[in-house]
Amino acid sequence: MRKRDQRPQDPGHELPPALEDPKELEETWADDPGLWGWLCSVDHKAIGRRYLGTAMVMFLLAGGLAALMRLQLSRPENPFMGPDLYNQLFSTHGTTMMFLFAVPVMQGLGVYFVPLMVGARAIAFPRMVAYSYWMYLGGCIFLYTSLFLNTGPDVGWFSYPPLSEQLFNPTKRPDVWAQMITWTEVASLAVAVSIITTAFKLRAPGMALNRIPIFVWAQVVTSFMVVFAMPAVMMASTALILDRLVATHFFDVDRGGDALLFQHLFWFFGHPEVYIIFIPGTGIVSTIITTFSRRPMFGYLPVVLSLVSTAFIGFGLWVHHMFATGVPQLGASFFTAASIIIAVPTGIQFFCWIATMWSGKVEVKAPMLWMIGFFWVFMMGGLTGTMLAAVPLNIQVHDTFFVVAHFHYVLIGGAVFPLFAAFYYWYPKIVGRMLSERAAAWGFGLFFVGFNTTFFPMHILGLHGMPRRIYTYLPETGWGTLNLVASSGALLMTAGVIIVLANAWRARHAGALAGDNPWNAPTLEWATASPPAHSNFIHPPTVGSAYPIWQDRPDQAVVVGLRSDVRDVLVTHLLDTEPDHRSVFPEPSIWPLLTAISTSLMFIGSIFTAWAVVYGSVPIFISMVGWFWPKSPDEGGTQPWPATERTLPLPNEAPEGAMP
Amino acid sequence: MTSVLQSVLDPAGPQAAHISWLWWLMFWVTTAVFVIVFALVLAAMWRGGRARPSADEAADRPLAAAVSFGVALTVVILFGLLGATMWTHRAVLALGAESAVTVNVTGHQFWWEFEYDAAVPSQRVTTANELHIPVGRPVVLKVTSRDVIHSFWVPNLHGKRDLVPGITSAIWLQADRPAVYRGQCAEFCGRQHAHMAFEVVAEPDARFERWLDAQRQLARAPQSAAETHGRDLFLTTQCVLCHTVRGTPAAGKVGPDLTHVGTRGKIASATLQTRPDDVAKWIRDPQHVKPGSQMPPTPLSDADVQALSDYLVNLK
Repeated sequence: MRKRDQRPQDPGHELPPALEDPKELEETWADDPGLWGWLCSVDHKAIGRRYLGTAMVMFLLAGGLAALMRLQLSRPENPFMGPDLYNQLFSTHGTTMMFLFAVPVMQGLGVYFVPLMVGARAIAFPRMVAYSYWMYLGGCIFLYTSLFLNTGPDVGWFSYPPLSEQLFNPTKRPDVWAQMITWTEVASLAVAVSIITTAFKLRAPGMALNRIPIFVWAQVVTSFMVVFAMPAVMMASTALILDRLVATHFFDVDRGGDALLFQHLFWFFGHPEVYIIFIPGTGIVSTIITTFSRRPMFGYLPVVLSLVSTAFIGFGLWVHHMFATGVPQLGASFFTAASIIIAVPTGIQFFCWIATMWSGKVEVKAPMLWMIGFFWVFMMGGLTGTMLAAVPLNIQVHDTFFVVAHFHYVLIGGAVFPLFAAFYYWYPKIVGRMLSERAAAWGFGLFFVGFNTTFFPMHILGLHGMPRRIYTYLPETGWGTLNLVASSGALLMTAGVIIVLANAWRARHAGALAGDNPWNAPTLEWATASPPAHSNFIHPPTVGSAYPIWQDRPDQAVVVGLRSDVRDVLVTHLLDTEPDHRSVFPEPSIWPLLTAISTSLMFIGSIFTAWAVVYGSVPIFISMVGWFWPKSPDEGGTQPWPATERTLPLPNEAPEGAMP
Repeated sequence: MTSVLQSVLDPAGPQAAHISWLWWLMFWVTTAVFVIVFALVLAAMWRGGRARPSADEAADRPLAAAVSFGVALTVVILFGLLGATMWTHRAVLALGAESAVTVNVTGHQFWWEFEYDAAVPSQRVTTANELHIPVGRPVVLKVTSRDVIHSFWVPNLHGKRDLVPGITSAIWLQADRPAVYRGQCAEFCGRQHAHMAFEVVAEPDARFERWLDAQRQLARAPQSAAETHGRDLFLTTQCVLCHTVRGTPAAGKVGPDLTHVGTRGKIASATLQTRPDDVAKWIRDPQHVKPGSQMPPTPLSDADVQALSDYLVNLK
């Protein structure tokens, strides 16, 4: 049993030593060994790694589906596959990429790095984060099991009624889609709440609002968007499944329902979703450009405000996905204006990145290669985006391959290129080894050329009238040649991805040791070992600047007075990060997994009968009781931060530059 | 008449022409922006690869001015594009409805129903998958759907408009050159979305009126024994349940009106030619040609299928 209550309790004693017992501390924060310990883990680094790994598998699976689609479209009237399979493939591809890859991979990065970047020992609500991962995994397994049972969603990643209604689709496929949404939304809402709380309440003393790393800001802004956007799509998918299961007629035109209502709800989520994916991408870009320009980010404040204003404006332009339904001119003009205006904050970020590199000392390492790709690809997608904002052009190219090209440029440019950069940038931190620069250049080159070969011709195909979501086309349409070019580019992309993965596989054991800070980066995740200690920081840091590793004094204070025999975490005030109280975080537990399993069972059952919601709530109730059962007086307790144990100087001796 | 490859960039009517003007404006502006900004990125990396990092605020001041200038220019360009968009949008909507031809368009899985409106009900004409319009006269399309959402799109003439069940909306368009334009459903509508196409035949006014008049006539009576056999098969098998041939007892409303199917260039939503062998192929097994289409296979002998096809292609 761990030693408890052996530390001096005398309130009048001197400041406690910086650390009582590193060995005991690491034991306290480590997972139990073996499979059981793995299943019980509430360590944000373990969960973050699982999120990233699972999301990568989803990326490869959905990419494989895309390759099959490209094979089918490579020539007119290709007998390779029929519409039934093709419709499942493109629906599952889109659903996976949006819900099971892009959002979870960004949140996984947040789960891993936000606590490290703010200098915290743990993520807030660790058991909820564990639960969210298991829910996410449940959604992934459920979707792909369904696909292999020939029950994959086949009405698109948007599942518009009436096509998705019982009358036109009596299979279980739309139910699979609707329930998968619920799963992943539960997961992403849980992570969003944890990230917001971590960034607001667990920051290292001294990390005032104007010193929060931009990546953390991007995660916070994204998390708020998740909190406001996801309920809309949950509403839409739940109403859809209710229509199908218990005939509620939300979208049933013949019974007074409205087919367009679904589209409004869906796109009220769907457009912010694009920014939920893209804003963390810009956070990665700012982080990497800062590090490799060897100077503080130019225009920290405008960039952060750009992120916030993008999030706000992002909620005001969903109707541009519905211009073709016939929106009145005045209304359409409003949404056109909003869709064009949102380019301004992004423009500000672009100019700030350029200025940072201009005035810095740029070092072109692997992550920076992917940045070049990001600028090229994302900018092209953003510029075609201004075209889509214009109603007259929009109604021509809407739902054609032009749009397919546009959003792949935006999402692969705005998220996947930054993610590959992040992969090269943070792999040494997560694994502790360096990746090969040579292989990185090859991987980037193949992927970049392949990407443009695949997606650029699609612009022209769209202008030549090729609609989306068609499983084949007639030879007389003249679309054959460009489709063949596009399909051949997919081969290069695949080769690029394989090289990236092979590089990572080889470097696990063979890569050069990374050390704490191989890139000489400024943020706190580099102020600990690679991979980080179980407790993140043996000595929890305080900070005196926005770029602690570059600018802080060598003798910058560390936090002392946290117990090492329990999972003691310092909670600080939101604005000035003055210590507020200590909170003992929960031990590992199997209950999050059991709760996720019982929730998943209820979701699966509810596809078949509404009664499953009633029966299914019993195991959920039981597992929740187990989860919240008090186990020891230490667990979950909070204690005031005694004035005598202040780590930070009192306000009159606050660190240089901290907010008053 | 010449067939035109579908393209947004080959406008054949005022709306498509306005939109293509806006396309080229935006194309050149965005291309210029792309080239300049990407050049700046490369220049910044190149310069940044040589210079010493400057971190103090005084050194950043000229940079701040440059960034502000860039942002201001961005705003100006965006507002310019916004103005051009509003102007084009007005121009696209500003087509006079006088002397307009009104057509009610109804979407079905997976075919198009076109009904030419007329004050006198007996003068109304229903046809399918081939829309005839007079050149130089505006056409008002009142679009809706019977089942799921479809989208009406003829790239050379205008942008698309969704056919939403429960909602009827109107779209104006006009063709300036006689030709056959291809259109296709642009909203995913199920398993045969890919083959839900149609043709727009734009022809001189007189020819259009002649065509319309011909469409108002009852179906042509069979002219040979084979055709008569074909008609009898049509009326005594499942065909009659779904299709209409005016002048015969066939009055089904589920599938396309076949009264003058022989005058149309294509069948099965512009997927097959109106030739006896193509028609036979379609009748025999529609699920092979278009898996998931609503038409069931017709179990008839080869000779019967041939007679039926002869009858249908001669419904001029």
